Amino acid sequence: MLLLRLLLKNALRHKLRTVLTLIGLVVAISAFGLLRTLVDAWYAGVEASASTRLVTRNAISLTFTLPLNYAERIRAVEGVSGLSWANWFGGVYITERNFFAQFAVDPSTYLALYPEYVLSDAERQAFLRDRQGAVVGRKLADKFGWRVGDQIPLRGTIYPGIWTFTLRGIYDGAGANTDEQQLLFHWKYLTESVRQRPGAASSKVDAVGIYVVGIADANNAALISQRIDTLFRNSLAETLTETEKAFQLSFVSMSEAILVAIQAVSLIIVVIIMAVMANTMTMTARERVAEYATLRVLGFGPAFVVRLLAGESLLIALAGGVIGIVLTFPLAGVVGQATGTLFPVFQVSDLTLVLQLLAALVIGVVAAAWPAWRMSRVDIVSGLRQVA
Amino acid sequence: MKAVPLSYIVRNLWVRRVTTMLTALGMALVVYVFSTVLMMSEGIRATLVATGQSDNVVVLRKGAGAEINSGIDRAQAGVVHSLPGIAADALGRRLVSSEPVALNNLPKRGSGKPSNVTVRGASEVGLELRPQVRLAQGRMFRPGTSEIVTGRAIADGFAGAGLGETLRFGGREWTVVGVLDAGRSGFDSEIWGDSEQMMQAFRREAFSSIVFRLVDAGDFERTRAAIESDPRLTLEAKPEIRFYAEQSEALATFISILGSVLSVIFSIGAIVGAMITMFAAVAQRVGEIGTLRALGFRRGAVLVAFLAEALVLSLVGGVAGLAAASLMQTVNISTTNFQTFSELAFRFTMTPVIAAWTLLFALCMGLLGGFIPAWRAARLSIVDCLRAA
Repeated sequence: MLLLRLLLKNALRHKLRTVLTLIGLVVAISAFGLLRTLVDAWYAGVEASASTRLVTRNAISLTFTLPLNYAERIRAVEGVSGLSWANWFGGVYITERNFFAQFAVDPSTYLALYPEYVLSDAERQAFLRDRQGAVVGRKLADKFGWRVGDQIPLRGTIYPGIWTFTLRGIYDGAGANTDEQQLLFHWKYLTESVRQRPGAASSKVDAVGIYVVGIADANNAALISQRIDTLFRNSLAETLTETEKAFQLSFVSMSEAILVAIQAVSLIIVVIIMAVMANTMTMTARERVAEYATLRVLGFGPAFVVRLLAGESLLIALAGGVIGIVLTFPLAGVVGQATGTLFPVFQVSDLTLVLQLLAALVIGVVAAAWPAWRMSRVDIVSGLRQVA
Repeated sequence: MKAVPLSYIVRNLWVRRVTTMLTALGMALVVYVFSTVLMMSEGIRATLVATGQSDNVVVLRKGAGAEINSGIDRAQAGVVHSLPGIAADALGRRLVSSEPVALNNLPKRGSGKPSNVTVRGASEVGLELRPQVRLAQGRMFRPGTSEIVTGRAIADGFAGAGLGETLRFGGREWTVVGVLDAGRSGFDSEIWGDSEQMMQAFRREAFSSIVFRLVDAGDFERTRAAIESDPRLTLEAKPEIRFYAEQSEALATFISILGSVLSVIFSIGAIVGAMITMFAAVAQRVGEIGTLRALGFRRGAVLVAFLAEALVLSLVGGVAGLAAASLMQTVNISTTNFQTFSELAFRFTMTPVIAAWTLLFALCMGLLGGFIPAWRAARLSIVDCLRAA
């Protein structure tokens, strides 16, 4: 108890210095947490994937489509319990800055495979009945202020022209990591409009972007994937089937270089503040050489001096760390707002909090290490001489 | 007004080596991050700008934005091929090339992680249109065969893409017969094969883009008007340089905004570090300050002396950070460009402008961190100072 009071008194001796160090720590710890949250946001799609869903795409790449008649053949594969399909639409709402995902889907089967998109029965029926209808996630609707019944015009990049959809429902995500920033509309509307357009490329008619395959038992994922791919080997459009998780991970790994950079940078900020903190502790120790020598004269051992310094360093680091952690939440909220639709989910995870605390601890310990070692070895006579 | 000699300032930093080093280290790291980010976005820009030629024109389907979204059927291609104003080479061939472009998902060498690689159906004329592209190894693909050439970044980075190896896509085996050196342009990240063979393999009926060279680059507006007013064509034309600049815009902007925001946040840490150091420097030297003032140095001179000390400190950090960042120039990295959805290899690129900005940034940190302590030093009264000593 006495030690704690001594630590507190010591820490407050140079108020300005302690406050400045705290500011540095708070900035560093909250920036570290924010960067980790940013990386997590990248992986949100992976986290939200279900182990009972497989994705079948064209083996060449996602930009190649599969014929519609594959649907019946996949459905007949042993172990497949549900099937739907989706096409990436890639439309622009007013300007490119309003980016969000739009999929043309087979509505009834798709909603059955994605129970985490929660729609009221009335809205579901309204969507299924209206071929030009669309449903969107809650966050997206809030962002653009859409209400059920609104017209949403999108400018197609892959499918040329202006496409207008009537909003028939707004879905809520069942889990915190469910993507609430998508627009889903009828695949039939897409393919029939393409068919009617003059000069339509025949490759875009009845073409499916990806098949989503529901399986009853997640343990059979590898086996069923293999069965599907064998079915279409050496055909005009060979397929590649993988779990939804692997499919989502392939998007993440595309921007891996950027992710690695962000992670490296989030460690650099910790090192920066470690240098600042170590500097603070070194200066503090240097100023108190005489005191430590006096303590030694009074009979305290070198371990006590080490405890004093390490304790003070830890006290400041933890205080800064806790304030930083608390500030991370409002900051993440602001950044989540600012990046808009870029990241479907932007939430601080528990692991991030633990790592932030750990970082603060490490900073405290490392910063005290060098001065504590030096001070514990300082020779009493020369220490006392510094007073005079 | 007499100024405090510079040697006094520098020696003060030297006396407290550990503190100076730690503070400079913090600044160096911030500067390193700031500089690398600028180098990264400059690298992406430089790569894609080098990809375009000033007198080339790219034609895409209206509103497509990127080659993979675009589609130009053979009839439309025929109309574009017969436009007036297209240059011819020494053999009298018109310098116009219709090219199918596809994305191919290939595994990387080593990690085996898949990434999208641009596959372009090219021709001899297509090569002639890009003078920056040269063969580094092997030979060019022969028309009408399943032979391909790969860009240098692809040959190094992807499994099966090296000289003499084979790749399987579009239902057949393709032999790599040559490796291209595209002079650090975007073509280093592409695979080229015979245009007609690619169309068959990918079952395409439409080209993705048409590239042609104008006799006179000043004719661009007239040519564009001719293309856009033709009712048979739903196409748009862009100078190649602008086309590729637009492709790099989003990624380069994303990186530079993210990086700048980070640097500013990080710099708060470093500024605080400098402030702590300078406050301590002032506190330790109250007696010295009094002596200086008693010797006749004015308040202004003391202010300048401490400010200069902070600036020298930040300069040390800035130069160290800049030196570390310049080492990054040897590193090649690649990432997926969101706009084209395909792999793009590039290099961190240092320019004098970036170096100047970086040092300025470092000095600003020193100025912000040093001003308040220096101000306080200058405000001390002579008598108090001397008494404290």
